[in-house]
Amino acid sequence: MSHLLSGNQAIARGAYEAGVTVATGYPGTPSTEILENTVQYKSDIYCEWSPNEKVAFEVAAAASCAGARTIVTMKHVGLNVAADPLMTLSYLGVEGGMVIVVADDPGMHSSQNEQDTRNYAKFAKIPVLEPADSQEALDFVKLGIELSEQFKTPVILRTTTRVSHSRSIVKFSERQTNPRTIGLEKNPARFVPVPLWAREMRKTVEKRLHDLQAAAAQSKANRIEWRDKSLGIITHSVVYQYVREVWPEASVLKLGFAYPYPDELFRQFAAGVKNLLIVEELDDFLEEHIKALGIACKGHDVIPNIGELSITTLEACRAKMEGRTIAAVPEPKYAKDLPARPPVLCPGCPHRGIFYALGKHDVIVTGDIGCYSLGTFKPLNRLDIILCMGGGISMAQGLDKAGEKRKVVGMVGDSTFFHSGITGLLDIAYNKGSSTLIVVDNRTTAMTGHQDNPGTGRTLMGQPTVEASIEEIARACGIKRVFTVNPYQTKATQEVLSRELDAPEPSLIVSRAACPLWEGKRVGGIRTIIEDKCKACRACLKLGCPAIDGAGKKPVINKHLCYGCGLCQQACPFDAIVNLSEEKK
Amino acid sequence: MSSQIVSVVLAGVGGQGILLASEIIAQAAMNAGFDVKTNEVHGMAQRGGSVIGQIRYGKEVYSPIIARGTAQVLCALEQAEALRYADYLAAGALAVVNAQQITPVTVSMGAAKYPDNVEQKLRDQYGRLIYFDASKKAVELGNIRTANVVLLGALSTGLDLPLEAWHKAIGSCVKSQYVELNLKAFEEGRKMV
Repeated sequence: MSHLLSGNQAIARGAYEAGVTVATGYPGTPSTEILENTVQYKSDIYCEWSPNEKVAFEVAAAASCAGARTIVTMKHVGLNVAADPLMTLSYLGVEGGMVIVVADDPGMHSSQNEQDTRNYAKFAKIPVLEPADSQEALDFVKLGIELSEQFKTPVILRTTTRVSHSRSIVKFSERQTNPRTIGLEKNPARFVPVPLWAREMRKTVEKRLHDLQAAAAQSKANRIEWRDKSLGIITHSVVYQYVREVWPEASVLKLGFAYPYPDELFRQFAAGVKNLLIVEELDDFLEEHIKALGIACKGHDVIPNIGELSITTLEACRAKMEGRTIAAVPEPKYAKDLPARPPVLCPGCPHRGIFYALGKHDVIVTGDIGCYSLGTFKPLNRLDIILCMGGGISMAQGLDKAGEKRKVVGMVGDSTFFHSGITGLLDIAYNKGSSTLIVVDNRTTAMTGHQDNPGTGRTLMGQPTVEASIEEIARACGIKRVFTVNPYQTKATQEVLSRELDAPEPSLIVSRAACPLWEGKRVGGIRTIIEDKCKACRACLKLGCPAIDGAGKKPVINKHLCYGCGLCQQACPFDAIVNLSEEKK
Repeated sequence: MSSQIVSVVLAGVGGQGILLASEIIAQAAMNAGFDVKTNEVHGMAQRGGSVIGQIRYGKEVYSPIIARGTAQVLCALEQAEALRYADYLAAGALAVVNAQQITPVTVSMGAAKYPDNVEQKLRDQYGRLIYFDASKKAVELGNIRTANVVLLGALSTGLDLPLEAWHKAIGSCVKSQYVELNLKAFEEGRKMV
């Protein structure tokens, strides 16, 4: 039977069919739906959202060392966090198959940078597989587990946004079973990389790489499609699909298993075609190596290396190479006058309350990765610098110690706090910082679609569990001034914030209110603006709430969008905004 | 049509239900025996931003992403968004547009202006236009969230997929307690043409 699945759903199915029993990860677009879909097999697969990617990686790694089949999932920047265990697991190797699923985001649809994970495979000296559609996404998880067990190596499965979030038709098979008995072999020479044994492991890694190269050249994941031989194209991932539409007549070497480089295939293909073109997305991972083999080719001299590729981009490249001009698709006639519609904090978002309070102070705010990144934009304008997960806290210490004249406020979310904010907090307490820190705790990992985290009291498997307390952790780190506010109560929030900004030592404010989208219900009654009372001062519009329509002379609240948070009612200096449900009483 | 690829663009504002609409179209095409690929936007861009969904079906589909100037049909859940993605469409394409204004925050804070005479601009941009208030229809049916399926009903008249394929798709994509309502919404949409 055929199923229409996204790449991420197909990877989850692949994990099931491959006999995986442990699946871990940390949410991050475009990887999140993999674990969300894997958990449907929870009677066969243990699934967890770990506090961060490093932990997720280590949990899966140890399970694989003990013989279990595992997957660990993350977005590209997550692998930076997990890079430490990655580099040494390559030395230890695994017993049960382990597939590290990493989703890249060319074009930065939902990311802070555009890194090419294929480089990590080379760096860690392990194989990388790249599916081009959902069927391959499923098949390559199984292939990855197979290679992983055959060569005792972790394997990276690299997707991109367009592979993860595109749906295509997939066929299912039965679940395989892992024949291994689970139990870590007592063999320190195998699993303890002290220099004595690590030096031996290092040699094994090199030999494995050599053997894997031969396997890549033979692999069914790599194939030559001979067509017209005047042009041959080497390509990978979803880009293969674009190439087939832009150069339907050309011969193609499609790489699904590109590292260790299948040199033999490169040579065979290059020898069979008159001209060779490498079409790859992001870095010149293939091109640099192919050129080093002494094979003449074109690549990033004609194909862009920034952003994602598309049929439209590649058609322009083809025309340019052939010295043709193609008629540009006309720009939409009326698009240039259209208002921009950037992503914004949702109606009813509790973060809006804390940003609104911060708006009254001349402070520098170091931000972090999450919905609250959106507080950077007008009209809130309340974030000044963002670097990475957890950086919202540590960067506050950096600005503070550098001598920043304005008061520094560090902001992170609840999930981000548990991910990597705690170590920064320890630093501030230990090294006598003085920043004001705010944890915007909306009781979920919201930006990626509401996943549980150590603070929510629920596991991915749906079990109730301990609820880590941000306040208690902060106190245990050595922060003496710890306070909790309800961001929907603007006056009380403002009082605590003003007081703490003047405090001579570091303080931490937990701004706590659940994401109403996640709760699935309004915060309070729908608000409305009484037209006669409204003086059109536009104070409510400073909240940047999408439910308040300011296109006309006087603002109007869209009752279908309003979540009843009441922030606008508190912001209105003329009492012109009322709670509709209270009015009716 | 058998050797030709049909490409459909869905446009709207994050949260309007583009994901579900895209799933229903894709499932309907699959039910009709076609190869199908889709692409949808998740994550940050979803939060009230301008979003598109893409569906392609035919005998064999390679790219899930639509090349500019090649889509045969546009379905917009918000009217100004129908003007934003016009470059995806081939000449003579059909546009099904919800006569709904969702004011962007950029307009509310006075940094930009919402276009006036939207209907006139739409008529000028698209030779074949179906333009009606699907949200109002959805409210009349009892749930504003079915506006996307009302539009799909209108859109279905421009695609040569059999009616059973649509009904089956709605049945498999929508939670069971809402199937009846959505089938009704779909029929209402078909009547608007």
